[in-house]
Amino acid sequence: MTAEKYLIRRARLLGERTADLLIADGVIAEVGQDLEAEGARVVEAEGLIALPGFVDVHTHLREPGREDAETVETGTRAAAAGGYTAVCAMANSHPVADTAGVVEQVYELGRAAGWVDVHPVGAVTVGLAGERLSEIGAMAGSRAGVRMFSDDGKCVHNAVLMRRALEYVKTFDGVVAQHAQEPLLTEGAQMNEGAVSADLGLTGWPAVAEESIIARDVLLAQHVGSRVHVCHLSTRGSVEIVRWAKERGIDVTAEVTPHHLLLTDEKARTYDPVYKVNPPLRTEEDVLALREAVADGTIDVIGTDHAPHPIEAKECEWSCAAMGMTGLETALSIVQLALVETGAMDWAGVARIMSVTPARIARIEDQGRPLAAGEPANITLVDPRARRTVVPEDHQTKGRNSPFRGLEVPGSIRATFCHGHPTVLDGAVAGPRTDA
Amino acid sequence: MRHLLDTRDLSRAEAVSLLDTADRMGEVGHREVKKLPALRGRTVVNLFFEDSTRTRISFETAEKRLSADVINFAAKGSSVSKGESLKDTAQTLEAINADAVVIRHPGSGAPQRLATSGWIDAPVINAGDGTHAHPTQALLDAMTLRQHRARLASADTAGTDLAGLRVAIVGDVLHSRVARSNVWLLHTLGAEVTLVAPPTLLPVGVDAWPVAVEYDLDAALARGQDAVMMLRIQRERMNAAFFPSAEEYARLWGLTPERLRALEAAGGGTAILHPGPMNRGLEISSEAADSDRSLVLDQVTNGVSVRMAVLYHLLTGPQAPHGPDEEGHHDR
Ligand SMILES: [Zn+2]
Repeated sequence: MTAEKYLIRRARLLGERTADLLIADGVIAEVGQDLEAEGARVVEAEGLIALPGFVDVHTHLREPGREDAETVETGTRAAAAGGYTAVCAMANSHPVADTAGVVEQVYELGRAAGWVDVHPVGAVTVGLAGERLSEIGAMAGSRAGVRMFSDDGKCVHNAVLMRRALEYVKTFDGVVAQHAQEPLLTEGAQMNEGAVSADLGLTGWPAVAEESIIARDVLLAQHVGSRVHVCHLSTRGSVEIVRWAKERGIDVTAEVTPHHLLLTDEKARTYDPVYKVNPPLRTEEDVLALREAVADGTIDVIGTDHAPHPIEAKECEWSCAAMGMTGLETALSIVQLALVETGAMDWAGVARIMSVTPARIARIEDQGRPLAAGEPANITLVDPRARRTVVPEDHQTKGRNSPFRGLEVPGSIRATFCHGHPTVLDGAVAGPRTDA
Repeated sequence: MRHLLDTRDLSRAEAVSLLDTADRMGEVGHREVKKLPALRGRTVVNLFFEDSTRTRISFETAEKRLSADVINFAAKGSSVSKGESLKDTAQTLEAINADAVVIRHPGSGAPQRLATSGWIDAPVINAGDGTHAHPTQALLDAMTLRQHRARLASADTAGTDLAGLRVAIVGDVLHSRVARSNVWLLHTLGAEVTLVAPPTLLPVGVDAWPVAVEYDLDAALARGQDAVMMLRIQRERMNAAFFPSAEEYARLWGLTPERLRALEAAGGGTAILHPGPMNRGLEISSEAADSDRSLVLDQVTNGVSVRMAVLYHLLTGPQAPHGPDEEGHHDR
């Protein structure tokens, strides 16, 4: 808790009614009209939209092991700048987060950094090798309290192992987040398989390699009565499978990245590896299906799949380049561009897909809460009228691999309050919590 | 034309102009002194990240016939294999003032990356990248086809394209940069292209290409082709289940002695091309490779002429060269 007091004046809550928010002791003390400042610092929010702080279910913080690419400190600072108040840190670090020791290390690094709440994701299998279950129970029972398990970067492709993992995490009300990629169908894959890969002579990553795993996993989840989460869903066919599964009452949730909502495989024609990502950028038809699926609730959440890489990992020929894109500091803008400005979604919807539902999927109790008195003061103030050009060199992340470089995008983060502390204020990074 | 990365970028006029220049360059090769002074004092670097003695020798011959200074930079045994990046290599070449870079690379798109990244100013010539493009191979094939047609008609090649010429490209299209570059260039020049291959060796997305696709080689040949281009097939492909066995591949998609006899019986002037090196007995029989219809050696000869033409156009501008005869005696 913090002793800081702030009065957010005249914000539009979820883009709807205008109200003041009084923040004290890390919680929302009062919501109402024309509240007294009572010694609080006033934040003028006329024209700004107040949303619950964003929660990213899919962040690669790289630490431990690849501190040249990102650290917990830089990655979470980037998250705060992007309006986030919590991130789920993926397990593919070095060493892999497959023991209580590693997840507690990442959790403590997050607390020490103080920018957002860091919730480590535990690996499903030892070393992401897809052979033996990792210490799932120990990670769940650790100080990090892990509830989400994923081999992200690798697919849990062994059907028996996936079944057991789905069953086992029920002990702790956990969820398995699957990186759906049939490995044999994607050996050496470089980009989406289709008309563009045919022209470019790059090995294709067929949609069926994602869709077949999702189909299998929703059937497994149904069979054993478990909860499964689909990471970075990227094809129209995947949407149809998840829609079918939800209609049958299967407990499945799905995530989409901002870049899959905006960019297509036509970008690969540049052979610029900044567009190389896994799963790959797909076609226009897929992009439109993904947007529609977010709008109708088939896709539940935005996950950034923020994947910073050092410059040399991208400053090379396509085939040698690393896969992945940064995303934390552009997510809101891309969501506004691809979903809000196209009429697919209102701001209450944005709150749902970027905060409320992500927190529910990852079982984070103190995030994604209503903007109401007594709730934790995790709040993001968005200026929807802002226009800005993406300059990766200005970002807080160490990664310069943003595919949106040079793009003019709408929306900016004016303030982020994490448990009552402003990590971002007046549109600039302010400072971390020091009391956590 | 600043670089030659892909035949897809070439207009019909550019392609015909390159082929006209190549025909004139070919005359140089028939003279006692096989040299032009056009690139005297210019430095051309052959940057080979992948072994290809044939292509390197062809480029080197072309460069030397134009009097360029030639530097061969092979990735094997150089700093590249010790982990130096394409960027660092490019900047080294820039620092030594290379006037043109000929690049061969196992990764699709590496020449385009080199040309567009800002690491180097020199014109870039793609000598084959991954499974993407091999534009000088397609140009030498077009040059060979153009000569073949002119010979049959007792006509001149100058200024002509390949309108209406029927060409079948047979074999591993999926992994072939030669096939891709030929598809675009032959289409631009007006030829009618049929791809013949087992479905496993055609890319998903091939239906967007300006070609006909056929699985049955005999049916494609029976419809009448002015040329068949046999692609090299790697025996290892059968290990990845692209086809069951080399024997079955040869039987269904090889230019066997039986198919050669059928071509003879049909009586047309069907020419046989192969980019080399040939797997005799697999995609092409010795009978076919060595028959009168085979233009394989013409392809090799034309390879030098086409590469001279490309270097000439990129380094001295698109205007037609002075007649080799006038310039020839300037040389040593
Ligand atoms: Zn993933």
